[in-house]
This record gives sequence, C-alpha cells and structure tokens, in this order.
Amino acid sequence: MATPAPHDEQARFDAVIAADEKIEPRDWMPEKYRRNLVRQISQHAHSEVVGQLPEGNWITRAPSLRRKAILLAKVQDEAGHGLYLYSAAETLGTSREEMLDDLLEGRAKYASIFNYPTLSWADVGAIGWLVDGAAIVNQISLCRTSYGPYARAMVRICKEESFHQRQGYEIMQTLAQGSPEQQAMAQDALDRWWWPTLMMFGPHDADSAHTQQSMQWKIKRQSNDELRQKFVDQTVEQAARIGLTIPDPELRWNEARGHYDFGEIDWDEFQRVLGGNGPCNRSRMRDRRRAHEDGAWVREAMLAHAEKHNRRAAGAAA
Amino acid sequence: MSDAHFTYVLRLGDNALVLGQRLSEWCGHSPFLEEDIAMANTALDLIGRARMLYSHAGRLEGRGRDEDALAYLRDEREFGNFLMCELPNGDYGFTLVRQYLLDVYHRHLYAALTESRDDELAAIAAKAVKEAAYHARRSGDWVLRLGDGTAESNARCQAALDELWGYTAELFTPDAVDSAMLEAGVAPDLATLRTRWEADVLARLAEAGLTVPADDWQAEGGRAGRHTEHMGRLLAELQFVQRAYPGQQW
Ligand SMILES: [Fe+2]
Ligand SMILES: [Fe+2]
Repeated sequence: MATPAPHDEQARFDAVIAADEKIEPRDWMPEKYRRNLVRQISQHAHSEVVGQLPEGNWITRAPSLRRKAILLAKVQDEAGHGLYLYSAAETLGTSREEMLDDLLEGRAKYASIFNYPTLSWADVGAIGWLVDGAAIVNQISLCRTSYGPYARAMVRICKEESFHQRQGYEIMQTLAQGSPEQQAMAQDALDRWWWPTLMMFGPHDADSAHTQQSMQWKIKRQSNDELRQKFVDQTVEQAARIGLTIPDPELRWNEARGHYDFGEIDWDEFQRVLGGNGPCNRSRMRDRRRAHEDGAWVREAMLAHAEKHNRRAAGAAA
Repeated sequence: MSDAHFTYVLRLGDNALVLGQRLSEWCGHSPFLEEDIAMANTALDLIGRARMLYSHAGRLEGRGRDEDALAYLRDEREFGNFLMCELPNGDYGFTLVRQYLLDVYHRHLYAALTESRDDELAAIAAKAVKEAAYHARRSGDWVLRLGDGTAESNARCQAALDELWGYTAELFTPDAVDSAMLEAGVAPDLATLRTRWEADVLARLAEAGLTVPADDWQAEGGRAGRHTEHMGRLLAELQFVQRAYPGQQW
C-alpha cells in the first residue's frame, strides 16, 4: 500500500483532535506534537521520581508506625507513577535511558515544588494536601488529553493521588487539633508551601510559552490560570475547616466572579527556582546523580548475568 | 502469659522494625526505579509485620503499651533485634546479601511459627511467611545476579558476605527465652531452623560463586540489648518526633 501523502495524514490527525478522539502510538502525528508530548510526559515522570526525595526525607522519622507505613506506600506509589509515565513517553519513541540522561545532565526539568525542603513532619502533611491536591487538579484535566497512553496513565494515577491528598489533609487536621506546638508546625508548613504550590500551575496564560499550541492540540485542556483558580477555590475552604490561615492578605471571595481573588505570585522566585537556584535544586540533582552512579555496577552486573545465563542456556540447547 | 512470651514476640517485632527502617533509607536512592519500588515494598511489609507483632506483644504484656509505645518509647538496651538488622546499609550488594540471609531465616521461622501454640502468633506468621517467601525469592535472585555478574559485583558481594557471616551465629543461638518458648510450644527449634537455612543458603551462595567465610568470629548480644554503636543513631532518628513532643497524637 502506498504511503498516504502528508497532507492526508495531517487532515486525519486534525480530524481526530477536532472530534475529541485519541491519538494512539501508531498514528501519524506532527513532529512538534510528538516532541511537545515527550517533553511534558517525561517532565511529569521526572517529577514523580524526584518527588520521592523530599517525602523520603521523613520516612525514617515518621511519628507513628501507621504514618510510616502510609508514607512508605505513598512514596512507592509516586515511583510507580514515574514508571507508568516513562512507559507512556516511550510509546512516542524516546527510551527511558534517553529521558534519564536528559534529567541527570540538566536538560530536562521536573516540578520546581520539589526544590523546597521538608523541614518538619507537618511538611509531609502539607505536601499531600497541597502538592498532591494541585497535581490532581492538573491531572483530572489531563485525563482528557488527546494522546491515548497519556490520558490512560492519568486516569490510573488520579485515583492514587486523591488518596494521597486525603491522607495529607488528615495529617494537617490532626496537627491543627493538637498541641500549640503541633498547630504552629502545621501553620508554618502551610505558610511555606502555599505559594510554591500555586506556582506549580506555571506562568500566567499570557506568559506561557507552550499553552496556546498545547491547547490547540488538546494536550492541555484547561489553562494554567483556570486550573490555579480551581485549586485556590477548593483549598481555601479546606484550610478554613481545620482552622489554618492561608498566607495571603489579598485572599477574598469575589461574588461577581464566583471565585476567590488572590494575591500575585512572586514571579522572581518562580524564575529563580526554575532556573536552578531554589533551596534544594542542587541537592536533589546531586542525590539523583549519586543514586544513578552508585547503581552503575548493579545494572552492569545484572546485564552481565543475563548474558551469561543466555549463553549457558544456548550452550545447553546446542 | 510469661515475661518470656512477651519478650519473644517483642524481639520478633524489633527485627522487623529495625530491618524495615534500614530498607526504607533506600527510598529514592536505589540503582533504578523498579528497585526504589521493590525496596519500599519490602520495607512496608516489614513495618506491617512489626505493627502486628508489637500489638500482640503489648496485649501479652497487659500494661497498655501499644505498637507505638513499644517502637518509640523504649531505649536501645530494651531492643532485642539481631545485630545484623541494625548495621548500616552499605552498598546495594551489602543490603541485598543481608536481606537474603534474613529473608531465608524468616521464611523458615514463620513457616514453623504457623504451628505455634500461640494462635495469634500463628495467624501473624501465616501472613508473614507468604511475604518472606516472596522476599527470599527476590533477594535470592539478586544474590545470584550480583555474585555471578561481573568481577566487581562478585567482589562486592563477597566482601559483604565476609562482613556479615559472623553475625549469623546469633540467629541460631538459643537463649533462655528461646528455650522456654520452645518448651511451651510457642517457638520452633533453632537447630532444625539452622539445618533448613543452611541447605538453602549454602546452595545459593555456591551457585552465585560466593565463598562462605571461615567461622572465625561471631558477634552477638542483640537479643540481650547489647547493640552496635549504630543502633543508638538509628533509634534517635526513628524516635525523634515522639521524644521531642511527648504524649501527642500524630
Ligand atoms: Fe504521583
Ligand atoms: Fe501523589
């Protein structure tokens, strides 16, 4: 069969997008669509992987065995999300090794939120409540993304994320009802994590380099500002319910808009952390590189053993 | 119920907690993503096992201590885990060789404990033995891969084995608590356990090209609460929040 002319392929692609159907791995797609997806999905995968570090920082110090087990299970889930997402990205023809190299050599990004330190047990609560909460808002929207494998990975991941969010909120609730020291710990964590969480949604729509094209391709289904607003609206009420104060003097209900108004993000800080100068950028990357380098002999041994094993099997068969 | 019964169950809990604590340190730092998941998963099984054993021990003791009181509010000298569990992780080879030696031990131990006259312990063992069998298969596969893999991986695992072997004697040396529990039908005979353990371990080590070191030194004292210098730091980290803010809900 003759290969259809590119314009036919493009027309078919456009029609699938217009009809809100899914693009699948074997379908033709514009090269830029493919590259854009690889960038977004691998960045998402890297975030899950690097995200193990700040929470992992508290596994050995979790204040009860129940909390330790829940946190271990959560961090294990996040690593699992990394795996699904790398697999989704691999369907686009980029190997996990290439993506990993891009991360370790600083060419790929991961969520800047993980460049902030976890300083108290309450930070584990704040991450679950706020960071997983923000991730859900973003990922629910991505369940309708146009690339099939990515959409399906999101559906699976969203279920676990909402579990994480509830557990994080429960930690905050317990602390907020606890001793004055515990209450202060919870408030301090909210004070430190609130603004970085709002930054997770990215620049304002007007300033976002990728938004417009991604929206046309239906990779992104809602804009950064829409998603951020949705998160603020739901979280303000959750904070109030447990007696914690969101650190934003400009936060107030706007009857006319039917949404909360909120203050401006410190975009200098946003750029600084994105550019590699957040409090933990260096240590996160150092940890990832060290794990990779220290593990090199293990991966080599695994391959060497598999080869020997195959040779022995072939020898036995001959 | 006797003090020995409480102590016996408590020490099983200590082994699970302390080893689980060590494994959880790998989280996010292991050689590749699948191993991060597997390490967390094994640690999770061990923490779950510790919780069941501590809850049971607390009920046997009857003084109102729950799993967290036993995990967080005892000092080093009151912990009765094997010294091997508390040793720092070392490289991935050290962690996996240790894990293998203990996984095989636990598989046979918990298989025997399913027959314990302590019904609650037998029920815990029925769950633990399935996990331990899975853990032993996994760590046993790794010992084979790493022992057989490259000259470097073989040397690293041999060094780990040389370091760890002296700590295995403690696993099979009965003290007064073990003897009393054997007599009461609560615990199995450690000599039988040793035979089973050796049959598995010696075969696997040989297959992996690893040499069993001479029995020229033996470390012991864990079950009597005489630990290595690493134990105090492990507990300081594990217990920090509970100790800094006593009597709170978390
Ligand atoms: Fe996740
Ligand atoms: Fe999550």
